[in-house]
Order: sequence, then structure tokens, then C-alpha cells
Amino acid sequence: MASTVTNRIESRFRELRENSRKGLVVYLTAGDPDLDATEGLLQALDRAGVDVIELGVPFSDPLADGPVIQRASERALRSGTTLRKILERVPAWRQTVQAPIILFSYFNPILQFGLERFAASAAQAGIDGALVVDLTPEEADDYVQRMRAHRLDTVFLASPTSTDARLEKAAQLSSGFLYLISRTGVTGERSEIAAGVKPLAERARRFTSLPIAVGFGISTAAQVREVQAHADAAVVGSAVVHAIEEYYSTGGPAAIEQFVSGLKAAAGGKPV
Amino acid sequence: MGTQTIKPETPTWPDARGRFGEFGGRFAPETLMAPIEELEAAYCHARKDPEFQAELARLLKDFAGRPTPLFPAERLTARLGGARIYLKREDLLHTGAHKINNCLGQGLLAKRMGKTRIVAETGAGQHGVATATVAALLGLECVVYMGEEDMARQAPNVFRMRLLGTRVVSVSSGTKTLKDAINEGMRDWVTNVHNTHYLMGSVLGPHPYPMMVRDFHRVIGQEARRQILESAGKLPDLLCACVGGGSNSIGLFYDFISDAGVKMLGVEAGGRGPKLGDHAARFSGGHPGVLHGSYTYVLQTDDGLISNTHSVSAGLDYPAVGPEHAELHRQGRVEYTHVSDKEALDAASLLARVEGIIPALESAHALAEVIKRAPSMLREKIIVVNLSGRGDKDLGIFQSAGIL
Repeated sequence: MASTVTNRIESRFRELRENSRKGLVVYLTAGDPDLDATEGLLQALDRAGVDVIELGVPFSDPLADGPVIQRASERALRSGTTLRKILERVPAWRQTVQAPIILFSYFNPILQFGLERFAASAAQAGIDGALVVDLTPEEADDYVQRMRAHRLDTVFLASPTSTDARLEKAAQLSSGFLYLISRTGVTGERSEIAAGVKPLAERARRFTSLPIAVGFGISTAAQVREVQAHADAAVVGSAVVHAIEEYYSTGGPAAIEQFVSGLKAAAGGKPV
Repeated sequence: MGTQTIKPETPTWPDARGRFGEFGGRFAPETLMAPIEELEAAYCHARKDPEFQAELARLLKDFAGRPTPLFPAERLTARLGGARIYLKREDLLHTGAHKINNCLGQGLLAKRMGKTRIVAETGAGQHGVATATVAALLGLECVVYMGEEDMARQAPNVFRMRLLGTRVVSVSSGTKTLKDAINEGMRDWVTNVHNTHYLMGSVLGPHPYPMMVRDFHRVIGQEARRQILESAGKLPDLLCACVGGGSNSIGLFYDFISDAGVKMLGVEAGGRGPKLGDHAARFSGGHPGVLHGSYTYVLQTDDGLISNTHSVSAGLDYPAVGPEHAELHRQGRVEYTHVSDKEALDAASLLARVEGIIPALESAHALAEVIKRAPSMLREKIIVVNLSGRGDKDLGIFQSAGIL
């Protein structure tokens, strides 16, 4: 039962800290290209040593996402993936996947599922938390309470544009970790990491002792290392989804495992 | 005349959280939240600033052509044989629709905020043209996102925007219509937020947009109220307007909300039938959810995925409705109904033939409902219909519908 497991995210970050290592968070869209594939991909990420998996719930209108994740969403929706079907499959996936899993979703699918039903089903299924990309702290009280009641972590986002007041609110409502957006814009691979990461991470530290993960635009091992100089973990999304789009059909989960292992080596390979 | 001429209080919503009752609010990616707060502060300041209001009033008069006439449609009235019908001629405004009211307001505000670039979405192209026009007038760079399907069916407006110096970006994701154009516009805004203002074209989006866009269109109802009192000596019995996002309708309705004797009717796009995906009648086929920043009625699947919509009118072809309408619907203050593509096309043809006015297909939805209701109303009753736009842009659609 999920409730008897101590918080997976907290323990994972504690372990990392005890070993003076930094973490790797990886995003993939559930159901891309279909839910059977997702099982193998989750296992591949787990074998590659990913510290937290963000499992994307596909949405018809992913307005915070760039073209790579939009296409993944479309593939997942075409294969009939819904929040309900994802939650039905998680218990089976949990049998073999050790890494913490948080759901990454837009608000409307969760709202239609029902906040209480969502929190209860997610906890029951073995999910560790959620990040709702268009649910801002000011609209999140009910959601946070219900998630807490089911011992689920709530990850909120802070951006370079966030004022100190907003940063503080996001930090207060977050548990597990706080997610910093490296730059303005949608999700997607970029060739350079924004100079704004360091000052944002420094500001965030003033408001929280939670682990800090930095994402948006991070796609290479070098970028993972660069970001980790300022944070406890790097988040890689579009680059992994892109790899799934390019290589999954020919290379299967092994191809993705290889790609992510390279990122993980950059992330956790050497004590920082 | 008596008490009818004393203006009752209009509602003071939304509250500080941008809620109209339970509807509205602010659901947006975090990167947009600081700019949205900045916009709210700038707007709240401008709203009370006589200089801003004077500049807006000057442009509405000298550039856009306000006030617009309230025209007694006598031949249409005689033809239908019931209530007296007046048309609020927003179609006579510069750029051909009510949209310019809001674009001038937001354009001035963007300039005041030091923004140099404007992005907008457009469905029928009326909002895009109005935005492009204001950007040219104020010397702002302008990019308009438009669904591929809408670009094809509203081609004249694409050419107008280009001529005005705006870059029109074709959106080929999702349904290739207004909803996806908004997604793309938001993606642009979140990327270029430092110098860019998102010029939302309807009473949609996160707070303060629904409030701000309503305020900029309120002038429609303020003028109509004064004009009908002058010409008929009493308030109208019924107001009627089409509802896509809901900006022209809320603009007409707002100053009459507290006039208990004035009924209000919002007309949505019934499309080609009641099946999900075949229409854009949110109040008959939708239920509350979150889309594009606001909690409101949304056409969606049981799993919370946003549904496809259809309407012959690109401006009404959208799965959500402004949150203030959702609250007016809940209260029963405004009645919402819908008419089919065919009824709208027929209404447009009728108005063209009996009054010499070619309405936009959006506005023709309101007319179509009035054509149904006027005959059974007494002759002393008064209906004011918002003729929100002109129909030149729709000639291609009339042609393919076999009407020409």
C-alpha cells in the first residue's frame, strides 16, 4: 500500500544529498506512442537511474508545451490515453518501477476526474505526487489540501518572471521539490542555458529548504551538469520525448535507456 | 419615463480573484502570472486615469467612428409583424466590427506599459484586423495567430492584416481554428513576455482580461441605452446578441443588467446539430471546466479533453465562453440559446434584402433568433439587436452555401 511507504521523493533526495550527488528528473508523456509502451519506457528510465519520473497526462490544448511535447500529446491521445486509463495501469507499473513518479498534467482533466477522486486514486495506485502546469498557487488551496490528505506531494513551478511574493507562495505550497523554470517560454530543447538560472535558484533558496529542480530547455549532458551547479536536480523533458519519437520504433526501450543513462552519468556520476 | 431613466447600479464583479460568482479566476503557466499581475495593476490604474480615458474616448470617436447609430429596422419589423427591431450598428465602426473598441483600449494600455510588441489570436479575422489596425496606429509590432482553416475561410481578413503590416502566422495544430490560435498566441507571449502584450480579443482568459475587455465594450450598451431612451422614450424589452467568447454581447448587456424589465438573449452557434463536435453551444452541450485561463462552461469530453467545435461562423467557433456569461447563465439573468448554420445564413440574406445591410455571420445568429421571436411579441415591444460586424468577409461562405 502506498500509505505505508515513506515518501519516495523525499527519501530519494535525501539519499542523493547523503552521497553528495545531484539528481535527474525525466519527463515522458504517458501513452506515447501507447500505454503498453509506457510500461517498458518507465522500466528503462528506472534502470537508467532516473531519480524522479514526471509522467505527462496528455491534453488536447497543451499551451505551455513546445512542439515536441505537443506531438507526443497528440500521439498519446490518438492511442486513446486518458487520466483514468493511466491511473488504472499505474499499480502494475509500480510492481517493477522503483523511482518516484509524479503526474504532470493540465488542470482540466484532473478537475473533470474530480479533485478528491484524483488524489485518492493516485495515492492508491502508487503515484507520489503531481505538478499541474496551469494551476497557480492562488487557485490551488483545495487541490493542495486533498493531495496532502492522501500524502501526495505537490510540486509547483517558479519562473524567472516570478516575483519574490510568488516565489514564496510556490515554495510554501510545494512539497517533494520546487521546480524552477530556467527561462521564459514553452518546453523544448535549447542550445544554451539561460543566465537567469543562478539568480533564480539563489532567490528560491531564501524561501525554501526543499530540493530544487531546474527544467525547461535542458537537453544535453553538459547542460545537466551546468544546471546542477545551482540546483539539486535537472529536469529533462523534450529531449527524452524527442528521443522516443526518433528511436523508440526501431530501438525500443533500450535505445531510450541508453540515451538517459548518458544524462544520468552527467548528473549523478560524479559527486559535486 | 420616470424610474426607468434612473440608472440602477451595475454589478461590481469580478471580485479581487477575478471571479464572477464561482466562474473566472486565473489559471495560467507561472511565467505568465507576473505579467498578468502587472497588466492588472496597469489596467486598474488606467481605468481611473482621466487622461487615459480621454485619449481612449478621442480615438473611439475620431478614429473608430463612435457613437454608432441605433437604427430602427422598419422594413424588417414590418416583415416580421411584431416587436419593433432596432439594430446597434457596430458593423459601421472602422474595421467593420465591435472589436476595435477593445483593441484601442488594450493598445493604449500596452503602450503605457512600455510594451513594443503585440500578439493576438483571431478566429473570423475581425479581431486580428482590429489589432493590426491599432498596432499600425500606435506604432507597435504585431503578430496575429490564426488557424489554418480560418485563414482559408476568411481570406480577405488575412490580406487586410498583411496590408496593415502585421505578420499572420498560420496555426496547423489541433483543430486549426480559434482555440489553437489562442494556444499559439499564449506560447508566443510566454516566450516574449518582456516586450510583448497579449491582446486578448474576447471576454476570455485569466483575470483581468474578462473584466477589462468587457469594460472596453461597455460603451455599446451605454450608447444603446441613451439612444433608445431618446428615440423610443423607454428601455427595450429585449436585447439580443451572438455569443462566441461573448464580448459584443456583454458590451451590450452590461449596462442593462440591473434593469429588471430588460430581457437578454445570448445566441450561440448551433452549427449543424447537437452532437459534440458539430456546434459551439456551450450552454447546451458543455459543462464547467478550465480552458485558456478561466473556469467557465467548456465543450469537452468526460475525460476533460477539449472538444472540437463547428460553426459556419469562425468568430463563434470556440469551445468555451466568457466566465461572466457563465455566471449570468447560472443566475438566469440572461437566456442563452442557439441557432443553426442554416438559420444564420438565411437571416443574413433576409437582412441584406430588406434593410440593405449585410451582417457578419456571427451577428446573423442573433438576427436569426430575433426573426423567430419578434412575430409573437406585441408591436409596442422593442428589441435591440447588436449588429456586431459586417459581412463582407463572409462572401465566400455565402457563395459556397449556394446563396449567391
